[in-house]
Amino acid sequence: MAIRSSGVFPDDSLDQGQPGFWQRVHLDAPLLVALLALCGFGLMVLFSASDQDPAVVERQLIRLGVAFGLMVAVAQIPPARLRSWSPLLYGVGVAMLIAVLLIGDIGKGAQRWLDFGVVRFQPSELLKLAVPMMLAWMLSARALPPKLPWVMLSAVLTLIPVVLIAKQPDLGTSLLVASAGITVLFMAGMGWGTIFVLATVVAAVTPLVWIGLHDYQRDRVLTFLNPESDPLGSGYHIIQSQIAIGSGGIDGKGWLNGTQSHLEFLPERHTDFIFAVIGEEFGFTGILALLALYLFIILRGLIIASQAQDRFGRVLAGALTLVFFVYVFVNTGMVTGLLPVVGVPLPLISYGGTSMVTLMAGFGMIMGVHTHRIRARG
Amino acid sequence: MLEANLEDRKREARLITSRALIAGLLAIVALSLVVVRLVHLQVDQHDHFTVLSRDNRVKVQPLPPARGLIYDAKGVLLADNHPSFSLEITIEKVGDLDATIDELSRLIRIEPQDRARFERQKRQRVRFQGVPIRLNLTQTEVARFAVDGHRFPGVDIRAELVRTYPLGEHTAHVLGYVGRINEQELDRIDKSNYAGSHFIGKGGLEKAHEALLHGQVGYQQVEVNARGRVIRTLESRPPVSGKDLHLYLDIALQQAATEALGEERGAVVAIDPRNGGVLALVSNPSFDPNLFVEGISQTDYQALLSSPDKPLYNRAVRGQYPPGSTIKQFVALAGLASGVTTPRRVTHCPGSFSLPGHSHRFRCWRRGGHGSLNLEQALVQSCDVYFYDLANRMGIDRLSGFLSDFGFGALTGIDVAGELGGLMPTREWKQRVRKQAWYPGETLIVGIGQGSFLATPLQLAVATAAVANHGKVIRPQVARAAQAPGAPSAEQLPMVSHAIELGDKQQWDQIINAMAKVVESGTARRIRSTQYRIAGKTGTSQVFSLGQNQRYNAATLPKHLKDHALFVAFAPVEDPRIAIAVIVENGGGGGATAAPVARRIMDAYLGGATVLTDDGGERGD
Repeated sequence: MAIRSSGVFPDDSLDQGQPGFWQRVHLDAPLLVALLALCGFGLMVLFSASDQDPAVVERQLIRLGVAFGLMVAVAQIPPARLRSWSPLLYGVGVAMLIAVLLIGDIGKGAQRWLDFGVVRFQPSELLKLAVPMMLAWMLSARALPPKLPWVMLSAVLTLIPVVLIAKQPDLGTSLLVASAGITVLFMAGMGWGTIFVLATVVAAVTPLVWIGLHDYQRDRVLTFLNPESDPLGSGYHIIQSQIAIGSGGIDGKGWLNGTQSHLEFLPERHTDFIFAVIGEEFGFTGILALLALYLFIILRGLIIASQAQDRFGRVLAGALTLVFFVYVFVNTGMVTGLLPVVGVPLPLISYGGTSMVTLMAGFGMIMGVHTHRIRARG
Repeated sequence: MLEANLEDRKREARLITSRALIAGLLAIVALSLVVVRLVHLQVDQHDHFTVLSRDNRVKVQPLPPARGLIYDAKGVLLADNHPSFSLEITIEKVGDLDATIDELSRLIRIEPQDRARFERQKRQRVRFQGVPIRLNLTQTEVARFAVDGHRFPGVDIRAELVRTYPLGEHTAHVLGYVGRINEQELDRIDKSNYAGSHFIGKGGLEKAHEALLHGQVGYQQVEVNARGRVIRTLESRPPVSGKDLHLYLDIALQQAATEALGEERGAVVAIDPRNGGVLALVSNPSFDPNLFVEGISQTDYQALLSSPDKPLYNRAVRGQYPPGSTIKQFVALAGLASGVTTPRRVTHCPGSFSLPGHSHRFRCWRRGGHGSLNLEQALVQSCDVYFYDLANRMGIDRLSGFLSDFGFGALTGIDVAGELGGLMPTREWKQRVRKQAWYPGETLIVGIGQGSFLATPLQLAVATAAVANHGKVIRPQVARAAQAPGAPSAEQLPMVSHAIELGDKQQWDQIINAMAKVVESGTARRIRSTQYRIAGKTGTSQVFSLGQNQRYNAATLPKHLKDHALFVAFAPVEDPRIAIAVIVENGGGGGATAAPVARRIMDAYLGGATVLTDDGGERGD
């Protein structure tokens, strides 16, 4: 790590000269602008989806403020320090998951929260960051690509929290944590052969997961395969969201003019199904613009990953970006009927605070990786 | 070396860059899939969906099932549903909440306590679900709102079934109550099945049998106009009501037990030893569960919380007391079963017991001593020294192992939510919790049911029923059967039991006979009956410890420091039909205070006039 000289990296212009304003405040301007644009658009949609309730928008605005503040704060932490915190964060996260299962509000039912009196905290959110950090910490200590034993160990370290979260039961979050583990391995350069073997294992395990699912979770998958089979029950979500999107057409019905959403045909329209409101009111063009914005954020994250100075930064930035991509794809796929309904929000737009805070902390890390650079002398 | 390192670094950087490239392509491909799908929905099928959307006047509404009713053993209705209209506000849909409520109050009477309840429930509400501002609207008020309601978007009238408990405080501790579903509970339940439901079991039987009582949600498709108001119903899948529960509980006996306790704080659990059915489960004092259904007012709740008698505390299943001498028949059985003692073996009681080599004197409740006693005499007189000696020779491992078989130290599994498991001290427990080794002296204290040994009245009743059953330990159940709506008959709930095997089956009768003598001529002779034979055991549980040379004097002690009085019994001895555990808090002696309570309850159940003899004056344990 100590050896740094110009010429090691093909793109080392960043590492020379005086740091600019953005680098001094440890933020990435393109990413920041894109995120702000996304959140601004999100608030606009939320105003419509909540039947123009200023209180809902206000609460979301406060959450966004907190989340952006956290992002800026996290961005100030040098990646080397993040790296040294990884095992501790992971250990604490898993311990809290176990605590949630054992004591977490069992009397009152909810098994996702730990109540610290003042704050209620959802440990599974922490794992969305701790799992990629832990794996990146472990894999970056050795030459990449990782050897098979480390791949296996990574799989185990991912599966522990995934199983604990699935038991809560919270299928959406456990899926996201699992994808965080997979993306780290992918970014670390795991061989295609290994990827094939892991995919086969997953395919073999799927029937077992099916057995372990709760009835209502199985219902969701079955309904996905044939929504018309249960038009009164869970299929209603998918049918209604497709009607909303389809009737939006190319130009959309206009902001605040979506009939499906405002006459309450569309369930969960301000949370998981907010994408359908966008489709109805802003049409194909609006959605295309939104997807372009998401794609820009994802590609920017990947560029930051490939320009990072050390293994940890590369792997972590890449994995966190891909988790964000999984969010976008699973939610839009679910609302358009490409994927089964799993409770994953549309990132930074759906109403609700917990996942937003985690996501923004992740972007803080990505920006930190980009801006804490050890400069070449001369 | 350096060159190789640099080579490696370059290769790694290339690897990561290539992976980032692949990931970027993957993202583009995946999002393109979404775009292709959108083209299909929004361009190809746009006309189709436009028609659907214009005709989309069909909405799906959940139809909540009616909660199952609860009947006692004789068919008396204990939990009922009554229809009620309430006025609800969906806060997320209302702009200025205070102004809306002010405006509403000009139309419909809204009292300050209605507002207080609304504020309370508002904090716990589920988002986008209505919160009631007024309950129990009259027909006139419903009509008045129907006329003017359009001025209040987000305010609706809701007809729903509200739980009532006709017998109020007589059933509060056993049935528990239902209350509004809060956000935390929503995380645990199947949201679609509770889509139209507002209530959920919060404690007791209502919580334990939530799955049976709730039922299955139904749906209806309704046609709505452009403003979203319902015009007609198109298609519906009716809800399936919850199952009615038929209990073992006999409300007449429940009331008799409450009366027998009178003003005393305490608990009674009566069980049918033949099937584990809970005939009565009383914790005194009690409270009115109806107050909790729609959310109790702060004043009422404070009053219940601050009462020194703790009416909300379910002593029957959550009260953990040192069982005192009511444990001695089980210790005696352990002694017989392990071969440490025999019915004929005699121990001398000089009034105290000391471990060899120790000066500490473990005292007998009778200071002058009992002289020489065999097992039966020791039980009849409840001699402490006999049991110190027996426990000492048996050792804690065998003792706690045997008592655990009767259910001490573990949950009984009763279908009343919130039960506590008491504490059966063991070597392992002490190491784990107190990080200390076990002292032989503690074994002695466990042998007379004091010290850290804790049991609930329910556990004592279950264990006593097991003795009446010659070792069959049955999981206690309040509910006997569940009847699906429209089903011709109720379906019996399964009985769960395990058996304690003794090498010599006569040992059961030896203990039962000794327990019968306790009532005929021993510490509980005050309640001997001529109509049927009772087998019982008295006990007292210390509220505070005496020093080595202090004497317990009931007359000079304040009431709240007096011993708790305990009594366990079953009857008739020949064909046991009721097993019972009674605790009277700060009641003094078990024979004097708790046993008469048990006798009154057994008389009420088995049929008999309660006549108590007066020669129970001696302080007996």
